[in-house]
Amino acid sequence: MNTIVAELTIFVLAILIGFELISRVPVLLHTPLMSGTNAIHGVVLAGAFLVAASKGDGVTAILGLIAVIFGTANVVGGYVVTDRMLQMFRKRPEGETGGRSER
Amino acid sequence: MSAEQAIVRLAYLLAAVLFILGIRRMRSPATARSGNIVSAVGMLIALVVTLFNNQIVSWWEIIVGFVIGAVLGAVAAQRVEMRAMPQMVAAFNGLGGGAAALIAINEMYRAHVGMSSPDFTSTLASLLSTLIGALAFTGSIIAFGKLQGLVTAHPVKLPGQRYINIGLFVIAIGALVWALIAGGAQFAAFIVLVIAALVIGVAMVMPIGGADMPVVISLLNSFTGTAAAMSGFVLQNDVLIVGGALVGASGTILTRLMAKAMNRSLTNILFGAIGAPPKGGPALAEEGEKSVRSVGADDAAVALAYASSVIFVPGYGLAVAQAQHQLAELASLLESRGVDVKFGIHPVAGRMPGHMNVLLAEANVPYDKLYDLDEINPQFDRADVAVVVGANDVVNPAARNVPDAPIYGMPILNVDQAKSVLVIKRSLSPGFAQVDNPIFYMEKTMMLFEDAKKGLQELTSAVKEV
Repeated sequence: MNTIVAELTIFVLAILIGFELISRVPVLLHTPLMSGTNAIHGVVLAGAFLVAASKGDGVTAILGLIAVIFGTANVVGGYVVTDRMLQMFRKRPEGETGGRSER
Repeated sequence: MSAEQAIVRLAYLLAAVLFILGIRRMRSPATARSGNIVSAVGMLIALVVTLFNNQIVSWWEIIVGFVIGAVLGAVAAQRVEMRAMPQMVAAFNGLGGGAAALIAINEMYRAHVGMSSPDFTSTLASLLSTLIGALAFTGSIIAFGKLQGLVTAHPVKLPGQRYINIGLFVIAIGALVWALIAGGAQFAAFIVLVIAALVIGVAMVMPIGGADMPVVISLLNSFTGTAAAMSGFVLQNDVLIVGGALVGASGTILTRLMAKAMNRSLTNILFGAIGAPPKGGPALAEEGEKSVRSVGADDAAVALAYASSVIFVPGYGLAVAQAQHQLAELASLLESRGVDVKFGIHPVAGRMPGHMNVLLAEANVPYDKLYDLDEINPQFDRADVAVVVGANDVVNPAARNVPDAPIYGMPILNVDQAKSVLVIKRSLSPGFAQVDNPIFYMEKTMMLFEDAKKGLQELTSAVKEV
């Protein structure tokens, strides 16, 4: 019982911090914010590691393996794409127009 | 608690702190990129520490899964065009939701075959994680399909869709309660829950039209966050709880902002009113009686070149036409002639929150020229020309003064207050909401009937000649 109460406390406080933090992010950055937080919920990968590799049978191994693939793609892709976006936000254009992302 | 466990939990605490500090740095574009890296370091710590857990007895699933996932994620993230960012986010969102659901399904299976005996709260968390994660998974897939053009972007509604959705929710909740009471013993109830949740995701997103996607993506984002937090309860893992809660909060705030930007309640968006073709005659019926001033690129270019202040209002049509580079080129050309150039961006100008800002940043428009609705609206009456490209509903004054218009009450960009308006548009057809736009018929409005990309190119070469 103690654990669940402690966890609930953490959950509620984290939500409140979340509201406080996010409401200060300017509209300008809402897309990178969303993809960045998207990467953060990829932290389920930590959970996927645990269930994938704990003692189990064939079913748990397959479920775990897929969860690890999903979670990793979420984390890696999320951070990479957020970084790609954020590096484009700059005050003054340097050099010529037409970005590296034109392909 | 053993010393080892204490170290793991302290490392998780550090990771959670880094997530929070990372998001905090997103307050300004100058620090945002470093914030993302701070958050990624937190992630790395959380993941590495987890690998030291002594529950881990077999490594191949982790190694194989990680390599496949990392390659898929990195390649997709490197290749995706900025225009396709909403579907990319939807895809990652679906993966996260799917992972959370799989973790919970795994736990329920273990309980079913007697490998573990979870307590009541842990079972409840597993069931909730399954429900939310699975519906976020299929919902995100449909959202991805709609944005990518694989599934029709038009709302697809069955007769009585609302009742079908309510029925599905009742089934899901019933199965959840049944599975919870029966514990691991009633696996059939759990299977019903999984299937119902997967179907709900589809049934929820199919009836939603393309232009309402910013809300859907934000909502799915908050679902996935919540599902991740629930997995944290299942595994008694603090960093999952904190990470999931942060995302849940972010998704909720963005959902509310988007719904406000459309002046529609969440229920209205989910159960839909806009998107069906208008009843009675088409909105253009009176077109013939109103006069429209059609101009060529040369005339429009003169107006722009001799203006002292120009505000560009880009909409999603600009992104569809892939014309953000042409817009940026025209803007910098005007600036080099001493024109004061600004961009007014509506919150729902793209297909996800802030999408248009990213598209313009990609085209090298400096971010200090990008203004949001509240910042730019007081400035229109001082602008000589407001240029509307690929936008329609978000500049339609009917939202202010026609109470029975479906968009009534939606905050709009007040381009009608500018000294003159230039609209680049292929035809007079109405926007997503099917409401005719009085802007087109104002005396001070010039219509340049051209595709966004071609129109902007013609304007640019014409301005060079002025």
